[in-house]
Amino acid sequence: MIWVQRFIDAIAIGALFALVALGIGLVFGVMRLVNLAYGELMMAGGYALFATAGWPVLVRIPVALAVVIVLSLVLERLVFRRLRGAAPATMLAVTFGVSFLLRSIAQKRWSAQGKAMAIFTDLNQTFTVGSLRIKWLTIVAIVVSAALLSAVQQFLTRTDLGLQMRAASSDARTARALGIRTDRVIVAAFVIAAVLATAALLLFAPQRPVVTPDYGLQISILALVGVVIGGMDRIGPATLGGFAVGFANSMLFSLLPKGQRIFLDTALYGLVIVVLLARPSGLFQRDRQAVRV
Amino acid sequence: MSRRWLSLVGPMAVAGLLALASLLFSESAQLQIQTTLVVTAMVVGLSVFCGNSGIISFGHVSFVAVGAFAAGILSMPADQKSRVFKELFPVLRDNRLGNLSTLLVGALVGGVFAAVVGAALVRLNGLAAGIATFAVLGITRNVLRNWNKIGPGAKAIPSIEQSTGLAQAVIALCLCIAIAWWYQQSRSGRRLRATREDAAAAQGVGISAYRERWIAFVISGALSGFAGAVYVHLLGSVTADQVYLKLTFLTLAMLVIGGFQSLWGAVLGGLSIGLVNAVLFEGEKGLPLPGWKPTLPSGTSDIVLAALMVVALLLRPSGLSSNREFAAQPTS
Repeated sequence: MIWVQRFIDAIAIGALFALVALGIGLVFGVMRLVNLAYGELMMAGGYALFATAGWPVLVRIPVALAVVIVLSLVLERLVFRRLRGAAPATMLAVTFGVSFLLRSIAQKRWSAQGKAMAIFTDLNQTFTVGSLRIKWLTIVAIVVSAALLSAVQQFLTRTDLGLQMRAASSDARTARALGIRTDRVIVAAFVIAAVLATAALLLFAPQRPVVTPDYGLQISILALVGVVIGGMDRIGPATLGGFAVGFANSMLFSLLPKGQRIFLDTALYGLVIVVLLARPSGLFQRDRQAVRV
Repeated sequence: MSRRWLSLVGPMAVAGLLALASLLFSESAQLQIQTTLVVTAMVVGLSVFCGNSGIISFGHVSFVAVGAFAAGILSMPADQKSRVFKELFPVLRDNRLGNLSTLLVGALVGGVFAAVVGAALVRLNGLAAGIATFAVLGITRNVLRNWNKIGPGAKAIPSIEQSTGLAQAVIALCLCIAIAWWYQQSRSGRRLRATREDAAAAQGVGISAYRERWIAFVISGALSGFAGAVYVHLLGSVTADQVYLKLTFLTLAMLVIGGFQSLWGAVLGGLSIGLVNAVLFEGEKGLPLPGWKPTLPSGTSDIVLAALMVVALLLRPSGLSSNREFAAQPTS
């Protein structure tokens, strides 16, 4: 029974990572940008929750959402838009610079010490089914993630803008030649990415209710790892990759003997290397593309 | 002097001039410049692989870290080790090496580690390669931080003799530049750049990208390990977190800001970002200009540095050197 419980917990963690991976994957899709500053959107939302602590939840969430969306759009307009067509190394270095900049600003403004931003703390309570003790948060995380993932899926397949986004992802130049307004598609991707970052924050906050400048760093790096091992070129595999990393991280923790759990990172990253060597173009890519050299 | 030799002597001369100029300033400013020189040596080590192969590695700080830890543990006094770090392997616990030997050990450990890791990873391209090297960094940090038989665990390695001064730092950097230059000029270096420019064509003329990448990876790992060893002799103590994420991204940013594809770019990026950082750091205490002491509010130096990095890359996407070597003819 303990394994059923661990399995359910791992699915919840995986779902959270899938949201972050989808946000990273959408932006990568439309403009080939690996955004190392994605975690800082979560951080910014966290500080918005801190600033509004004590306000009604129905006000706090829209405020946090607005802060994250505005930040995402400002970064797109001021920085990322100027990077279109730049070399991958340049893009990476710029997004790292932005991440470092936002964290430095947060550290200057709020110091490195954590700030309490508790929200939805009730979700940490558990209920029992037979011998399972399940947190409400686990259920909510799975349900909300599934709902958001399928909403984005519907958007991508059922709306004009979504169709354009998929077209731009698979071939930006041809898409532009066919009259798709790239700017609009990219802005839409940044808005959706911001919504997903806020959702991930709200699901993460009940377990980690203290925001620090590097609040989003770890989860966004691991989600990025997931995006790459899933397969960056398509949104579905990228999201699944994020899920896989979150799920594997949680399951490996349970599988390791108690004294060896400090070596969780080694186990996880070792697995990542094995997967990359076995399937370099993506674990969930249906057709293996021929890799040149 | 031919342009070819200038591409070796030029970067060294600039490093030397910066070192000399630092003598005019306060002791704390000199320390900043020494750090800059050593970190630039790491950037040069990184560029041997990244610059020539065109592949981004997020993992080179692993080699810096093992070099730093090997040198640090081996230069700690043996009696102190047997008191503080009882669980170390006896060979690490009961021996102590001289400062110069620890630098060689650092280079050796970095090179061997890179040789093992590289044998598998050089098959990967693009972001898959980047993430795999990052995974190596994650493992290295996790092991160094938790395995008490090879290191101090979560604690710092203390009491490392601070034998790196200005002269040592500048010599170490020049040595790294010379080796990087030599590799760049070598047959393997030229072949590797051919795979960077056109993988299919290079394969067509019989070049094995894996083989050349592996050679560059090992040399660059050895230089990184060496730079890490020089670094701990500057710091005097080291923890696993000091050679992890921040240093990874800082050295990569330096390389890209200088110019990813050239040796001069690596040196220029390392020195200029280091110099700006030094000025800002000192600026928080007040810059000693004649008759005027401009002072930055505390905690703002990182903000200004990060903003400058972003602006520099937006204005010069191919780096301050435009990916060219020192004194190379501009190409339009």
